[in-house]
Amino acid sequence: MVVKVGIPSTLLYYTYYPFWKAFFNEIGVQVVTSGKTNKSILDSGVKEALADACVPVKLFFGHVMEIREKVDCLFIPRVVCLNRKTVFCPKFLGLPDMIRYSVNNIPPIIDVRMDTRQGPMSLFRAYLKIGEYLGAGKLTASYAYCKASNILNTYNSLLRKGLNPVEAIDYLENPNGKLFEHHVKTKTNLRFAVLGYPYAIYDSFINVNILDSLRKLGVSVVTAENIHPLLLAVQKNCGLPKRLFWTFSDMALKAAHLIFRQGNVDGVLHLTAFGCGPDSILNKFIEFEAKQHRNIPFMTLMIDEHTGEAGMFTRLEAFVDMVRRRKEMSACPR
Amino acid sequence: MPKVTFPRMGESWRAFKILLEDLGNEVVVPPRPSKRTLDLGVRHSPEFACFPLKILMGTYLEAIEMGADTIVTTGGVGPCRAGEYAMLHHKIIKDLGHDLKMIVFEPPRLYPVNFIKNIYALNKARVSIKGIIDHIKRGWRKLQALDNAEKLSHIIRPRENNSGTTTRVYRKVLDWIDQANTTQQIIEAEASALEALHNVPHEPARPVLKVGIVGEIYVLLEPASNLEIEETLGDLGVEVERSMFLTGWTRDNTWSETTHCLTVKEAAAPYLPELVGGHGRDSIGNTILYAKRGFDGIIQLAPFTCIPEIVARTILPRVSKEYEIPILTFFLDEQTGKTGMTTRLEAFTDLMRRKKNIHAARISLTG
Repeated sequence: MVVKVGIPSTLLYYTYYPFWKAFFNEIGVQVVTSGKTNKSILDSGVKEALADACVPVKLFFGHVMEIREKVDCLFIPRVVCLNRKTVFCPKFLGLPDMIRYSVNNIPPIIDVRMDTRQGPMSLFRAYLKIGEYLGAGKLTASYAYCKASNILNTYNSLLRKGLNPVEAIDYLENPNGKLFEHHVKTKTNLRFAVLGYPYAIYDSFINVNILDSLRKLGVSVVTAENIHPLLLAVQKNCGLPKRLFWTFSDMALKAAHLIFRQGNVDGVLHLTAFGCGPDSILNKFIEFEAKQHRNIPFMTLMIDEHTGEAGMFTRLEAFVDMVRRRKEMSACPR
Repeated sequence: MPKVTFPRMGESWRAFKILLEDLGNEVVVPPRPSKRTLDLGVRHSPEFACFPLKILMGTYLEAIEMGADTIVTTGGVGPCRAGEYAMLHHKIIKDLGHDLKMIVFEPPRLYPVNFIKNIYALNKARVSIKGIIDHIKRGWRKLQALDNAEKLSHIIRPRENNSGTTTRVYRKVLDWIDQANTTQQIIEAEASALEALHNVPHEPARPVLKVGIVGEIYVLLEPASNLEIEETLGDLGVEVERSMFLTGWTRDNTWSETTHCLTVKEAAAPYLPELVGGHGRDSIGNTILYAKRGFDGIIQLAPFTCIPEIVARTILPRVSKEYEIPILTFFLDEQTGKTGMTTRLEAFTDLMRRKKNIHAARISLTG
């Protein structure tokens, strides 16, 4: 019988799922995801997780609850550091332990530690370990690792072409499909940058369809994932004495820094989750960045488990209208 | 001459003040956090920043009103938010229009140059290196004296005959230690302080409940932020042992040879093998050590939205079950009220006492 590995479709899913899927398939393991977030996932997550945790972590609990009975083991790696510089949020570091000790009837968890600060080969070794756990030989695992890396590269280049992760994952799963369909979408005359973490921006349930709403309002969207990592890397510390510690926050701040400096967007949105620790710091820094560039309007949107679509849409509509009016005014000053 | 201030954490300011003054700085002693401090802090900090950040923001602003123009504080390397505090505070204060110098001490083992530079910047009196080391040693000794007095007050308070005497004596002896300047004087002041506390009329044999306090360092150390939880517990007849003191890490290192041959890290390893920043892992490790030492309960203190403590809090119920020890968690923020907290503490104490009595009765019945 084929072993089934469960991957909750949230948090790091949006960044590494293609890699994981390719890797597991190559070593002969079936991957089961928890699918798109829905009401019941959110509700069970809110019920199971600690009330003080942030929404994304509550959602993660929900996704785990959704697949815990359908799989032989869960893949919740302890991802500490992937670029030798920044670490992930402490909640990510303690994720496997939080799940193991607070959810009942949990299948075995693959919680291999991934920390590239321990040497250049540590990531590779981590995957060999996963392979070993699932009964794959070193050779198979190495081959799978290489193949998965290739797929990840393709995925990242798709993102840079302007696709969002959900579309890119779809495209990778059936490549003969409609890659550029959404580019023929409704006409847009505004361009916004949406900053925030992949698991908040691309989870259309928890952010009540923010990307689609913007598209409907005639706004095209650029996110940090669409920017080349090198461009982000050259932002250094964004004029601060030290960088932000957290990978996603660091990326978002660099993207903000770059986008405000380039000035080729009409507005900037920061999407943050209620109770997100790193965001309390990040948001203030983005705000300071925005303060220096008063020609680009900036708004912070906060989402939580009670966010309603109507309320969110009204705020977006108002913001878009104001940006549009301002742009028209400045186009013909009289 | 620059006017220097620093974060306030419990009574430790007395030691930092003498150290900075010895190095030739004028010190603005940070005021004890009050309602106004909180209001100031909350107004100028991000809404979801953790509680210590807000209190410190308020403290800094109050110290600036008192004339401070340099802040000495600590940095960090993450992943806890506290490491970014200095950067954010500085930016906010500058945005408010105050010109201010920030001296941030990063961990000296990782950034030795930064450490030397900072010491050099603070060394206005041009004290020799040997002198600096002596001053630091003396400041450290003072910290130890302050901590020892506090530890003893936690033991005496639940056993005192007249409620409130210990607190009164404790306040008085703090001044004695404060006024001591040389190492010799500090040692003498400490001895007489401990003696004064021992002389508080109390009943050493009284059976009391023992509670361990774990959690995030700032809310543990600053009584204004935890609403004097130790005093409240002491008045309820509970002996408190706090897991953290500024001078406390020495104890952690010696622990492995004593009680249970376990360091906090080793104790926590089965539940949380990863350093999640802040004191998340310590909270779990200390809870286990306290449970093994037969404590009656654990109280976890954490600021609202504190990431490492949320991780710890998610795991603690399992620890509580497996080690059969009651745990009560307080997430503190500017909305926490003292009465609500006291009520919860009373209920918790009652439950612990009942559990202990039932346990004692069962033993006497069977054995």
